[in-house]
Amino acid sequence: MTAIGWLQAVIYFLIILALTKPLGLYLVRVFEGGRTWLSPVIEPIEKLIYRLCGVRVDEEMPWYTYALAMLGFSLAGFAYLYVLLRTQQWLPFNPQHMPPMAPDLAWNTAVSFLTNTNWQFYSGENALSYLSQMAGLAWHNFVSAAVGIAIAVAVVRGVARTSAKTLGNFWVDLTRATLYVLLPISVVGGLLLVMQGVPQNLHAYQTVSSLEGFSQQITGGPMASQEVIKELGTNGGGFVGANSASPNENPTPFSNFFEMLLIFLIPAGLVYMYGKMVKDTRQGWAIFTAMSVIFAIGFTVAYWGEAGGNPLVHQLGVAGANLEGKELRFGAAASALFATVTTDTSCGAVNAALDSFMPLAGLVPLVNMQLGEIIFGGVGSGLYGMIVFVVLTVFIAGLMVGRTPEFLGKKIERREVQFAILAVLVTPVLCLVPTAVAVLVPQGLATLSNNGAHGFSEILYAFTSTNANNGSAFAGLGSNLFYNIATGVNMMFGRFSVAIPALALAGALAGKKASPMGAGTFTTHSPIFVGLLLGTIIIVGALTFLPADSLGPIVEHLQVLQGKTF
Amino acid sequence: MLRHIGTSIRITIVTVVLLGLIYPLAMTGIANVLFPKQANGSLVEVNGKVVGSDIIGQLWTKPQYFWGRPSAAGKGYDPTNTSPTNLAPSAKKLIDATKATIASLRKSDPDAVGPPPMDLVTSSGSGIDPDISPESAYWQAPRVAKARGLTLDAVKAVIAANVQGRELGFLGEPRVNVMQLNLALDGKKP
Repeated sequence: MTAIGWLQAVIYFLIILALTKPLGLYLVRVFEGGRTWLSPVIEPIEKLIYRLCGVRVDEEMPWYTYALAMLGFSLAGFAYLYVLLRTQQWLPFNPQHMPPMAPDLAWNTAVSFLTNTNWQFYSGENALSYLSQMAGLAWHNFVSAAVGIAIAVAVVRGVARTSAKTLGNFWVDLTRATLYVLLPISVVGGLLLVMQGVPQNLHAYQTVSSLEGFSQQITGGPMASQEVIKELGTNGGGFVGANSASPNENPTPFSNFFEMLLIFLIPAGLVYMYGKMVKDTRQGWAIFTAMSVIFAIGFTVAYWGEAGGNPLVHQLGVAGANLEGKELRFGAAASALFATVTTDTSCGAVNAALDSFMPLAGLVPLVNMQLGEIIFGGVGSGLYGMIVFVVLTVFIAGLMVGRTPEFLGKKIERREVQFAILAVLVTPVLCLVPTAVAVLVPQGLATLSNNGAHGFSEILYAFTSTNANNGSAFAGLGSNLFYNIATGVNMMFGRFSVAIPALALAGALAGKKASPMGAGTFTTHSPIFVGLLLGTIIIVGALTFLPADSLGPIVEHLQVLQGKTF
Repeated sequence: MLRHIGTSIRITIVTVVLLGLIYPLAMTGIANVLFPKQANGSLVEVNGKVVGSDIIGQLWTKPQYFWGRPSAAGKGYDPTNTSPTNLAPSAKKLIDATKATIASLRKSDPDAVGPPPMDLVTSSGSGIDPDISPESAYWQAPRVAKARGLTLDAVKAVIAANVQGRELGFLGEPRVNVMQLNLALDGKKP
């Protein structure tokens, strides 16, 4: 590890810290329906959308209507993308003459983008028309992120409101998240990426002859406009197979740094927004602190593992950090930081091959996802996952002192705890059960690219990532019918089996009366609370996943130390 | 409920037009005015002929040129098949491939000083990495100098002139763009 490597991470964190409050305040304004400095430009478009789509702006929805609207919209988006991928050969903007995508792969890709997972069994540069990229994938990048933000906002309202029956209007939240937050940042950020060298054109690939006479096809397409929202919306599905490792998507160390900032930007802002909307900014910062601690531990382990290098390669007489699967312009530090950031959130973009990370460094993204990507979190999904953990922590703390647990003056009772437990339990079930099935059937083992413990890690990573709607991969695992369907089902359950209990929990909380805080009330912004929250997250995560993780990365680590190969 | 299904479909159509068509097409227009070179792939021309892109690595095999890193993209440096090897640190295939790369580099570069640097024996994340480390360039300098009949110092001077430091002083790693370096050696650098 080098000082300059650490400096990148520290400066990165400080910039995020500085942006958290201003963006958080802006988000409060957007979702409380206030005017922003962008209103003069955007308001006419906003009103036009409401009129065209029949949205009643002042209609308030109870949690189940909000959830149904969300599900209906997701279903429409799924059907649309599936049809688009199957018919792209007849549609415009297809200069490379891409054929239709196979049905099982199209199903997998459509689910993948609808759920904000962006698991990549496809390789965009040789499978997708430009129309499928921009009007299919990039469109989903916008709206699936907006859906995530909308759910998070609804959950926060549930916590903030008292004796209320409703959580807001899904259509309004969706539209405002898109128009006031995602689109303006994408326009500015996308142009910055073009300046750095990300292509933005519509013409066919250009065949060139190199100075040595080799033929090469220079790829292109509307990349920058998609790249920016891929990071900002914590989507992560690449325009090309190599994702953000490709110099097309991520040409310079600066573009890399900027893309990492985009990933954390909105999730961090949402945490501040939460504090502000529940009228307890100290609590927002308490959660922010807990998130930062886990982020710092993750980066440290990942960077340490990668900077140390591979002892098996060192035995061949070459020295240095592990550069297998890494781009030289990023090196070990920026690759380890990217891997941590992308799995702290539900982004899943990668700028290096996670499959080739050292075993313990590769464990970091795996554990980050197993904890539920609550460290800053996906755009939206991280915050509501964290609120579930907060409720659980308050409940456990209440049990310890033998008082009825209270959260911001609201009594936490049976129903709230049931919903919270439900949301916490689905993650391990949906990660571990499919993994167990996959190692038992031949189709599950047919497409592994590595043997031994690492082969198991590839399978565990696939189901963890699809369930967590992350989309990063130990990408050696190939696509086949079994994985296309199994990971597709997994992504679907992963998205909705946390979102719906979280909305239900919010609905239950919104209906409660707030009692004034007394001397005996457990405060949810003290250092003790931060410690308890961290403890809850780590105990729930570690107890559930340690056995499976031991069979994969931890065994492989010990084997590498002993000089064993497979 | 029915009303919400109708809204679902209508809002899908409206946002596809706005975010899926107007936004990317407008961005393409603006980008081509503000940054035409980058928007069209940072192409490199020599004598009026496009020979490649600044941001995409190429396969180099002749002794008088500097070589890039091993590539797992298609048959090598294929931008339409970008991919890493995805081999595990414990994979026998990885260790065997690295061993073979080292042996072949030692054969092609008998006068190089010390073992080859790490980046020259490991595959990149994309398979089209355009850069190598300054160490890797200096390591290859004796071979290039010999093949071109130049002094070692002359080649080293060209390398030194083409090293890009860390961006803003702290981002990423120092690097050398292989195509720019080779163009400079040929005296064709624009």
